[in-house]
Amino acid sequence: MITLNNIEKVYQTSTIETLALNNINIDIKKGEFVSIMGPSGCGKSTLLNIMGLLDEPTKGEILIDQKHVEQYTDKALALLRNQKIGFIFQSFHLINDLSVLDNVEIPLLYRNSSAQSRRDAAREALEKVGLSNRMKHFPNQLSGGQKQRVAIARAIVGKPDIILADEPTGNLDSAMGNEILNILLQLNAEGCTIVMVTHDESMAKKTHRLIRLFDGTQVY
Amino acid sequence: MLLNYIKIAWKVLLRHPFYTFITLFGISITLTVLMMITSFLDHLVGSHYPEQNRDKSLYVMNLFLEDSARTSQMGGPISYDFYKKYIETLKTPKRTSVSSMITSANSYINGKRIKVSTKYCDTNFWEITNYEFLEGKPFNQTNIANGDHVVVITDAMREQFFDSSSESVIGKMVEVDNEKYKVIGVVKAGPVTRILTFSDMFFPYNLPKSNYQRTGLQGTFVAIIEANSSSDFPEIKSEFENNVSKIPVPIKMGGTKYSIIDTHAQTYTDTMLYGVFHKEIGSKFYLVVGLVLLMLMGLPAINLVNLNVSRILERASEIGVRKAFGAPTRTLAFQFIVENIFITFIGGAIALILTSVGIYIFNRSGLILYSDLTINLPVFGVSLLVCLVFGLLSGVAPAFRMAKMKVIDALKRQ
Repeated sequence: MITLNNIEKVYQTSTIETLALNNINIDIKKGEFVSIMGPSGCGKSTLLNIMGLLDEPTKGEILIDQKHVEQYTDKALALLRNQKIGFIFQSFHLINDLSVLDNVEIPLLYRNSSAQSRRDAAREALEKVGLSNRMKHFPNQLSGGQKQRVAIARAIVGKPDIILADEPTGNLDSAMGNEILNILLQLNAEGCTIVMVTHDESMAKKTHRLIRLFDGTQVY
Repeated sequence: MLLNYIKIAWKVLLRHPFYTFITLFGISITLTVLMMITSFLDHLVGSHYPEQNRDKSLYVMNLFLEDSARTSQMGGPISYDFYKKYIETLKTPKRTSVSSMITSANSYINGKRIKVSTKYCDTNFWEITNYEFLEGKPFNQTNIANGDHVVVITDAMREQFFDSSSESVIGKMVEVDNEKYKVIGVVKAGPVTRILTFSDMFFPYNLPKSNYQRTGLQGTFVAIIEANSSSDFPEIKSEFENNVSKIPVPIKMGGTKYSIIDTHAQTYTDTMLYGVFHKEIGSKFYLVVGLVLLMLMGLPAINLVNLNVSRILERASEIGVRKAFGAPTRTLAFQFIVENIFITFIGGAIALILTSVGIYIFNRSGLILYSDLTINLPVFGVSLLVCLVFGLLSGVAPAFRMAKMKVIDALKRQ
């Protein structure tokens, strides 16, 4: 589903060159739940961003469904993200000026779908994460756990094949964290491929496979 | 999707009231100035009372005589004789009319001297113009044939000359320059800026003081030619030029031989500009006006670009989220442009209110006698267009700049 070949990422300033990722080779299969672990600053988020086409590698190949995406235009990449990938961020990244329902609708705004079908899909996604009673609320009226559930609803509303979650429980207490993990496990059980960055060993153990990074290098 | 954009734009406006105030203040004041200017230009050159046929009328006001070396020139309005021979005889127009340039005369009310403006005109003048008769009627061919001392006055003059405005003044006498005239009609006054039709008093053209019998090409008159439609203009112009070409030259005056007769049937704006510049500069004039308007819009727009960049920068995280979930750069840029146009339209609505108040005050101020500036449909249309251009001018550059931001950079800016 996602294949990364010889990925290298270098951050360059006028004085310093930092190697964030070095020779990464990963193949994520359809239906897998993969977790990525490693110490802070080892390149986990960078790797996830490259997988999600949010960032470009300095070197290497990215294949999504066996198709090379390096030469894709901005529009083509946007379409691919819209159709195939859902993101969950550690800091939620909800738009505070929009209601919960409007936030969840965002991915569908960039598809040819009617306002009514967008509404229906957003409601369904919110029901799935148990937030159907908070649709008209605004993000700043919600707890951290509720915000992350809204973010999950937004990630799944477009029924993507892959969900990329960057420390989805990082800002939550353990009870809330477990609740979010259970939702992700449920989504995976329904056929969604998930890649999750986490610091929590116990959570990683519940996934199918673990990729460990150290100083930008894949340990196993 | 549009609704979503507008919702966001509204929330962004509410988020920072001070910033919103600065933005809307800048937009609305600029647009108010622009709308006042367009309203004033429309007042000057548009088709309004009593010249509602101006858009299908041509004017012959200026006649320049030049010697063959173009070293000596004499210019001025046309004579009645010229009108009779070369304009009244035109076949294409619907009708033609002759009237004198405005002159001033003295009158006395209860022993107090007042200055009034006077105009001499033919009967067609009342057909070509749309003066509204509040009482009485215009003078007719019989009055002219009899040389009747009759006058049409404006309502403003009626108030000045006669105490009671409820009683009819038809048949009453007014004295102007020691001559007595019978009031035959009262019209609603037009603005002083319509200089070819404005007057306080209108007399038949053949009264002795009009000098209508003066010979030669130049005199004190102006002709208005009403076409069936503006599409007839080229034919009328060509017919007129043909008539003029038949005038025998050279013309001897005061020891100089004039062999070039420079006169044209022109639209109102061209006539006025030709009188000043002695050149056909209609299109250039509009170009200059357009450039001035663009500059007036451009300067605040540049300031707004900076304000917009900082405003949009605040929303980097939103840009990141939208891009992550599939918004292409163009769609995002479109969103910011829509938001900007929405804000500009709010500014436009405020400007519309401010302009209405400004125009009301201006009309009441008496700075221009009987001025009737309005926000009519063309002015409103121009204002809407101005809003749109303004919104685009101040929104496109920052929108594209911000929409091009890399997703990951945008997300990290939170």
